[in-house]
Amino acid sequence: MPLSLPEVKRIAWLARIEITDAEAEAAQGQLNGIFKLIEQMQSVDTEGVAPMAHGQDLVQRLREDRVTETDRHALYQAIAPQVENGLYLVPKVIE
Amino acid sequence: MLNSTLKQLSALLTQKKLSSAELTQSCLDRVARLNPGLNAFLTVDADRSLAQARAADAQIAAGKAQPLTGIPVAHKDIFCAKGWRTTCGSKMLANFVSPYDAHVVEQLNAAGAVILGKTNMDEFAMGSSSETGFWGPVKNPWDRTRVAGGSSGGSAAAVAARIAPVAIGTDTGGSIRQPAAFSGICGLKPTYGVVSRYGMVAFASSLDQGGPMGKSAEDLALLLNVMAGFDARDSTSLERPAEDYARALEAPPAGDRARPLGGLRIGVPKEYFGEGLGSDVAAAVEAALAQFEKLGAKRIAISLPNTGLSVPAYYVIAPAEASSNLSRFDGVRYGYRAAEYGDLADMYAKSRAQGFGAEVKRRILIGTYVLSHGYYDAYYLKAQKIRRLIAQDFAEAYKQCDLIMGPTAPSVAFALGSMSSDPVQMYLNDIYTTAANLAGLPAMSIPCGFGEGGMPAGLQIAGNYFAEARMLGAAHQYQLATDWHLRQPAGTE
Repeated sequence: MPLSLPEVKRIAWLARIEITDAEAEAAQGQLNGIFKLIEQMQSVDTEGVAPMAHGQDLVQRLREDRVTETDRHALYQAIAPQVENGLYLVPKVIE
Repeated sequence: MLNSTLKQLSALLTQKKLSSAELTQSCLDRVARLNPGLNAFLTVDADRSLAQARAADAQIAAGKAQPLTGIPVAHKDIFCAKGWRTTCGSKMLANFVSPYDAHVVEQLNAAGAVILGKTNMDEFAMGSSSETGFWGPVKNPWDRTRVAGGSSGGSAAAVAARIAPVAIGTDTGGSIRQPAAFSGICGLKPTYGVVSRYGMVAFASSLDQGGPMGKSAEDLALLLNVMAGFDARDSTSLERPAEDYARALEAPPAGDRARPLGGLRIGVPKEYFGEGLGSDVAAAVEAALAQFEKLGAKRIAISLPNTGLSVPAYYVIAPAEASSNLSRFDGVRYGYRAAEYGDLADMYAKSRAQGFGAEVKRRILIGTYVLSHGYYDAYYLKAQKIRRLIAQDFAEAYKQCDLIMGPTAPSVAFALGSMSSDPVQMYLNDIYTTAANLAGLPAMSIPCGFGEGGMPAGLQIAGNYFAEARMLGAAHQYQLATDWHLRQPAGTE
């Protein structure tokens, strides 16, 4: 099922990646090639097969509810693009 | 010294015939001499490395040497190391200096190993040729017009060119094994959960696994001994008793020396020898299988009927998980932020458009699509069901055999740029490697001869869950009887 150009642009929007018309056209051809490969999956009957999330059957580990992390915000914010008073700065979202 | 094993280097260090500072300096000198032609290292920091080396020398002087104390290790640039620039091959992280150590890095540091530098790779480990990274392709030490394989191509080239005695890499769909095969070295992807993913930049969390790369099975075992272990910070890290991965390397019982692998059943899947496999690689692998039979192993024809579906399922599951993992790169907390933007959504979209390369964007788009409303069942859920079928294929096979062997990759290393324009061709390179990741099984690659253009060919040795020691033991016996792993590329003397 080939992807249309508007679909490619919609996916890029969902992924929050700006895409030019030329890039979307190039991506369309490549993505359709890749989906042709992926479509081979549809040739197999998987009725009744339990999906497998990863290679080990694990249950989520639980631990005691206690503080294990120390406050390292100064260290971690030292590598942020823009910080003020311990806060990450982004363009205004609420008027 | 260039071809010394870890054991030999460790003996030189503990006998004070060589200091770690001298060994590290000689490796740094080789980086300076050979790296301009290979582009295997992205970051070296001689002061940091030599400080670690001197600390290791102090440990040795105090009689506290462990097997890796003072040994320089090249780190794929996907492992966060405190104070080291850690880029994952991306412009997105071009200026990221990690504030913390990955679990694997902590373990190596605690063992007294020296970080020799950070190695080049495909951007965010997405690739099979180490060409997609922001800093350009890694060149294969055997022929600099060819790729070194990927995504751990820099680590593979560093070991192949005898710059680093050993290296660490990660394998999501073959990213340790395939570059090992293309570069004529050994590499092992452990059972999923054996090596902690904490501090490894995430690509596809249900598939990613760190592992050792080196010249011999013995070196891999010693390195894996330090890398493996439970870590509560990785929710899929396995809590198991510590294992000595070198335990099966000991000489076989007396009287059995001619047939040290007597009783070993090797499954050879017919699907790994079909259309698409180069005749040169096929011949090298056949010769290796004959050698294993000479060593006493029994060859058993097996079938892994869903092999052909592993690449399609992989290229749904890995991009889906990647699109989720890479959503963290938004220009807010760390990493690249566009210089100019309007509102918040524009800042995200521009930062991500400018910070990610073409292959990473492609995979994020695939992943976003297969997880989007209305397509989840047709793609992601379907792929997870096929994943189960692939795992069942292996479960059936391991009822009849102990190890599975075949080619690591369908060809020897291809020419730089020859597959870059055709992602599907590039993805099909992973035909023999992705299944182990999907099933969570261990698999390794060792050199087994040469093919077209005098390029190395790789033999893949796969095992059941937690069979690493057995795989390493079998590979070690092969390497005692052959010398493919000792061959060194011309021009790296």
